[in-house]
Amino acid sequence: MSISFERIKEKLNILADAAKYDVSCSSSGSVRKNNSNGLGDSSGMGICHSYTEDGRCVSLLKILLTNHCIFDCAYCVTRKSNDVQRAAFKIQEVVDLTINFYRRNYIEGLFLSSGIFKSPDYTMERLVAVAKKLRLEENFNGYIHLKSIPGASDELMREAGLYADRLSVNIEVPTISGLKLLAPDKKHEDFTKPMLKVKNEIIQYKSEKKIIKSTPKYAPAGQSTQMIVGATGESDKDIMYSATHYYKNYNMKRVYYSGYVPVAEDSRLPAIGTQVPMLRENRLYQTDWLLRFYGFGVQEILNNDHPNLDMDVDPKLGWALRNMEYFPIDINKADKNVLARVPGLGMKSVHKIVSARRYRKLNWEHLKKIGVALNRAKYFIVCDSSKWEHRDMEGTKIKGLILQNSVGKFRKEYSNQLQLFS
Amino acid sequence: MNTLKTLIYDGSFNGFLTAIFVAFDEKTRVADIQKKSASQSGLFSETESIFTQMDKAQRVWNGIDKKSHTAIKDIYFAFLSETKGVEMLLYSYIRKMFASTNSISSDFSDGTVLKISQLARSVGREKHRMEAFVRFQLTKDNIYFANIEPDFDVLPLISKHFRSRYADQQWLIYDVKRKYGIYFDLNKVEIITLDLDTAYTNSINKSVHFGDEEYNYQDLWNNYFKSTNIKSRINLKLHNQHVPKRYWKYLSEKKAV
Repeated sequence: MSISFERIKEKLNILADAAKYDVSCSSSGSVRKNNSNGLGDSSGMGICHSYTEDGRCVSLLKILLTNHCIFDCAYCVTRKSNDVQRAAFKIQEVVDLTINFYRRNYIEGLFLSSGIFKSPDYTMERLVAVAKKLRLEENFNGYIHLKSIPGASDELMREAGLYADRLSVNIEVPTISGLKLLAPDKKHEDFTKPMLKVKNEIIQYKSEKKIIKSTPKYAPAGQSTQMIVGATGESDKDIMYSATHYYKNYNMKRVYYSGYVPVAEDSRLPAIGTQVPMLRENRLYQTDWLLRFYGFGVQEILNNDHPNLDMDVDPKLGWALRNMEYFPIDINKADKNVLARVPGLGMKSVHKIVSARRYRKLNWEHLKKIGVALNRAKYFIVCDSSKWEHRDMEGTKIKGLILQNSVGKFRKEYSNQLQLFS
Repeated sequence: MNTLKTLIYDGSFNGFLTAIFVAFDEKTRVADIQKKSASQSGLFSETESIFTQMDKAQRVWNGIDKKSHTAIKDIYFAFLSETKGVEMLLYSYIRKMFASTNSISSDFSDGTVLKISQLARSVGREKHRMEAFVRFQLTKDNIYFANIEPDFDVLPLISKHFRSRYADQQWLIYDVKRKYGIYFDLNKVEIITLDLDTAYTNSINKSVHFGDEEYNYQDLWNNYFKSTNIKSRINLKLHNQHVPKRYWKYLSEKKAV
């Protein structure tokens, strides 16, 4: 076995391990046709080629270019003061790994991030060089996600978007006060400046493309960001209002929520061994979905009276239980956006109901076959049947019944609350 | 007087469509439609052998396609599920379709329609899985080679995906269960059969057909797969749900090293 192979293997282990806390692995939303008989073709649909033992999708080769870093952000495993093994890939090494993994159908593409060495621009330049080489020399049409390095210049961000499908800056700490506490070397503007540049370039390229068809693509899969959850005592309201801000003002495609995994002993942070807040993370994602696909406004779900999400029920059910005057809803008559608010109805079910009810009025049996989660939905709907005996129940009673008659995957984590209802 | 008949076709989709054509054209009272390889004679019905005729198959395809794109896709996908009795289910679906003035493919409160759409979705899921789980191994002859063993006959459905993605490399995907494969020679995709002495799984024993570099990349991938896992978030139930165990033996990241 060659020495260089062993060395690459060692680097890969270090730099994949350091990159894994970045949760995004999306490879969708970008169409790159293989018109030149080159390598790779992106149809816009992402593919998860595998799943790790923690159940997360593996779609991209997710690595750092290097874990050398001049910054000392408390939450980050790569921070300057942390005593870990350091390594750095050469540009060609990343290109070779990407191409060879892609050819074997292991991955959809590359997600390249980096510790900041020398300066933000010096680092960003190297990330761009990898993407450029893949596109221009290897004729590669797979997916490329580059990290926007906080503090990188507008020039480099403009170039990055010409080769990458997606760009992202992780805001990491949802509040400005939290950022001051945990990442004193970084300013809030360092994060937002490249974001703003990318947003404006996307808008500009899109409008130019309408006039001149040959205008190149600029970051066609858009921007995303990530926030750590549970590191600084922020409320769910803080997180989701912040997320809403980024969706609205920076046209984010996605905001990711990452339950904080303690990586160092630091008095400002949860101790090593503290449980990762996976249930909370899950509830935040459910809320994110309600905002993006189900027509909810963030104030409806989180406000000063309810600054935190319910742990024992999902956020849509929580909202419904607080707004019983909205129900029951007639499955055979209600609009799509009204149906979307019924607990137990996902958008797929909503779509099927709207299609199916054109042929005949739907009853409980039909709904069950279609795949509606009736154990939750039945308290909030009427259909072509005279059986809807639960109509005048109060929210708390319904919640008790639902919890009694169902199993949730996180149930063991809030069994204390459950005793109230048994 | 029309007697009850069992139609026997060659097992191909075009053969099946020809059988549908014959059934409609001759106003046959159909007892069953069976593959030649799996036919059982019924006690009370005659049998009729169907010879696949492309023009007739094409007419049925066009007729359905004209009524609904979704329906023709659902029918083709459901057929590839190879589910026992799927032919009669499809026959009943197609009859319903031609008896109705509008498209029936979204009438999900009808049992037959729902069943066909569910079968089609299962096959669609398997197609997507194979696009994800194929693991090419580079042979010494410079062919990217993969074995698969899908639940359904999805090779015809994944050919286009791999053709457009890997346009500059020779590749071969071989279905071990159904004993045929698709091979891309840099110009076109062909259906081929091979005499494989053994299936090339992710066994730790190295084969003479693959070089050192190939095993190095498998090793790197296997390592990457482990490094990118977050141990404090372990969730094997979810892992197994996404990567069902029956697929493991062809996944290099699941190699026991």
